[in-house]
Amino acid sequence: MKRPSRRQFLIGGGAVGGGLLLGYGLLSPERREVAGGIIGGEGAQLTTWVRIHPDNTVTFYVPHGEMGQGVHTALPMMAAEEMEADWDLVRMEQAPATPTFANGPLGKGYLTNGGGVPSALNGTANFAFYKLAELMNLQITGGSTAVRFTGQFGMRVTGAAAKEMLIKAAAKKWGVAESECTARLSHVLHEASGQKATFGELAELAAEFSPSANPVLKDKKDYTIVGTAKQRFDIPAKVTGESMYGIDVKVPGMLYAAIKQVPVIGGSVARVNDSEALAARGVRAVVTLEDGVAVVADNTWRAKQALDLLEVEFADGGNGHVSSDSIFAQFDKALAENEGEEDVEKGEGAAALAGAQTVVEADYRVPFLAHATMEPMNCTVRIENGKCDVWIGTQDGLGTRAVAAEAAGMSDDDVTVHTLMMGGGFGRRSPGSPNHIIQAVKIAKEVGAPVKLTWSREDDMQHDYYRPAVSARMSAGFDEEGNLTTWVNRYIRKDEPAEASHIPYAVANQSIRYVESEVHIPYGPWRSVAHTQHTFFNESFTDELAHAAGKDPYQFRRDLLKDQPRHLAVLDLAAKKANWGGPLPEGHARGIAVQESFQTIVAEVVEVSLDENGRPRVHNVTAAVDCGEVINTDTARAQVESGIIYGLTAALYGEITVENGAVVEENFPDYEMVRLANTPKMDVHFIESGAKLGGLGEPGTPPVAPALANALFSLTGQRIRSLPLKNHEFSRSNRLAQAAD
Amino acid sequence: MISLQVNGEWRELDVEPDMPLLWAIRDELGLTGTKFGCGVAACGACTVQVDGVAQRSCVLPVGAVEGASVRTVENLGTADNLSALQAAWIKHQVPQCGYCQSGMLMAADALLTENPNPSDADIDAAMTNICRCGTYQRVRAAIHDAAKAKA
Repeated sequence: MKRPSRRQFLIGGGAVGGGLLLGYGLLSPERREVAGGIIGGEGAQLTTWVRIHPDNTVTFYVPHGEMGQGVHTALPMMAAEEMEADWDLVRMEQAPATPTFANGPLGKGYLTNGGGVPSALNGTANFAFYKLAELMNLQITGGSTAVRFTGQFGMRVTGAAAKEMLIKAAAKKWGVAESECTARLSHVLHEASGQKATFGELAELAAEFSPSANPVLKDKKDYTIVGTAKQRFDIPAKVTGESMYGIDVKVPGMLYAAIKQVPVIGGSVARVNDSEALAARGVRAVVTLEDGVAVVADNTWRAKQALDLLEVEFADGGNGHVSSDSIFAQFDKALAENEGEEDVEKGEGAAALAGAQTVVEADYRVPFLAHATMEPMNCTVRIENGKCDVWIGTQDGLGTRAVAAEAAGMSDDDVTVHTLMMGGGFGRRSPGSPNHIIQAVKIAKEVGAPVKLTWSREDDMQHDYYRPAVSARMSAGFDEEGNLTTWVNRYIRKDEPAEASHIPYAVANQSIRYVESEVHIPYGPWRSVAHTQHTFFNESFTDELAHAAGKDPYQFRRDLLKDQPRHLAVLDLAAKKANWGGPLPEGHARGIAVQESFQTIVAEVVEVSLDENGRPRVHNVTAAVDCGEVINTDTARAQVESGIIYGLTAALYGEITVENGAVVEENFPDYEMVRLANTPKMDVHFIESGAKLGGLGEPGTPPVAPALANALFSLTGQRIRSLPLKNHEFSRSNRLAQAAD
Repeated sequence: MISLQVNGEWRELDVEPDMPLLWAIRDELGLTGTKFGCGVAACGACTVQVDGVAQRSCVLPVGAVEGASVRTVENLGTADNLSALQAAWIKHQVPQCGYCQSGMLMAADALLTENPNPSDADIDAAMTNICRCGTYQRVRAAIHDAAKAKA
């Protein structure tokens, strides 16, 4: 059998146990055949994750995009831990967007022939790999999945299997028993004989062994890497300006494009006069697309300037009459006229309200939100000799490839996606949001030269895929003893994740139902997706109920969480760390909220006052987080801080308004952000419950809006049932008058 | 032709004088560390120093800086020879996506040059850049740390 060369060496050597391939990339032809036979003909490979170099460094290939969430460091930490690699010798590289780094055939097989993972495999190592395969097929970075799935089921197992193979290699080489060899700091040792070899020296021999399907994972108490604070690999290049984002790409012969987009979403270009634009300095072409007119020039600014010289008439596609007001009126009507589809029905459901002693009702709503990543959307494309190259920062390399292939009229195999750093993602650079990619491909195809399309901030804000505007009609009932017995919620739009609208509280009768009400504003996942709206609705309404019951909002929640020990623990920790009930400066108040999202439970306490203009001023946010286990302690903290600021910006200022079918807000001056001067002090505490690993990229965001609104109620007596807070006037006079009574 | 010094080197640019400095730096000189964020001087991602003063290059016509000395993030320090500010940025693991950080660093560097020991209020006033990842708390800590290191 032909041995893989040292350079080609990758951990893994074969197919084992029911079609499982482990961290395996450059298969020798013989093994490829075996793998193909077992998996079903396409020679599937479950990604190339690790390479050991002769100098004893180890490179881990990470199939997720880096957008600041630290995944390029956390995943290698998980693999290195199990492998017993010396962290100082660990390197990482972004895995390319090719099926080698996904697991197309394996994942596809189970997705298409049965719609999921075979239930018989639940809880087995194989299950983990199948689950992973589903995700890898799309190569998605989103849903707070990287550590939870790729890390837990892929990186850890790969590292452990690699270690076993290296030990086998050492034992064979030295003629000793495997059980007498140990791996530590990128070496294998045989203590009795004093023999020692580096992973690099053993790599070639190790490649001849097959990886175990169920390698033994380390006991958490023996961890030396996971659970510590490791500096992120991507940070040094981000302080020297060397980090390459999509927008920074320069391809030989490249031209620069800017676009005038159809303002009304769903509208079209009716007429174009481009003679003046074409005459401007540096302009090479004008390309008319379905959703805009692009100018291609020799410099980004020249292309942008020439847009003003275009004479374009647009058609509104029948949406020119739509406004935010008409959309919310449509929602009100839909909620009034429909019983809705079942989400949760428990006990007697809504019928129980009839027998309630007290009923509380409230209508809630949230507006559309843009992602506003710091790096505006951009995409660089070269179509040449029947091949298409795409340079982009994306949350889904393979999805991008498919989108580009379709737009170019080519097969996926003819498209190469070069994945670059993302200047923010938050869902905007996820699979279903490809308008900028399609535009860039079509422009490059028509121009016949490489083109970088760079959107303006205005394009980015007005042609996003938005967090949906939604409404909810809430009601609840108490019995004679003041116990909460009924929870009813009718809301617009069932969204992902499905459980976002559910409550953790022990309420006997529940009726949670949804009504679909189509709008023409495109939908996109926005950091924590449906949890953003539902946590605001549910946790604000819970606060209303606490006050209606005359109970402290923290104690009220505690009483309803008796059967939810993890929720209770984070709630208690947040309250304790924030000194809930303790003294506060004059004119300050606290609010609390708790939410589970992506298997992580977060409770936040917000401390607020009003500034001299009556605007909310957030002083402190205390967060307690149970994500099961923390991988990189500092990155974990940073993610929660980031989620809080993202949610706070939305709560205070975030509102995309629709008028005449188009988005009104254009740029940061009218879509304001939290900045350094109004950043609260954030204090993040983790509980290592040992529960299943939860995500961290998103769960910090949902609780902050309701915690803040609840704090404002405590301060002013004003209940906030719609966001953002900038639309509300606040005054403490009501509250002070109530206190004086 | 417009002449200006960029990171200590004289450069000649055959561009319209009303082209913003940002696009002259990025597209003509190929220095991509300086970022485009908003085009209206609202976010600070494009911050560079002009004769030592932090300026938002997306609205600054290149003709207005003829003969001036422009400094970009590429001149702040290299991986092998980091400035105290960059070292503090790494120590506090400030960047997340990192896109706004060139502008943050150039603004912070100008602040420390003018005011070697800034108070929190000074930092609030000088650091108006937007960071969508919300790294502000760490930006503040790193500036204080760099000030101490330089003292």
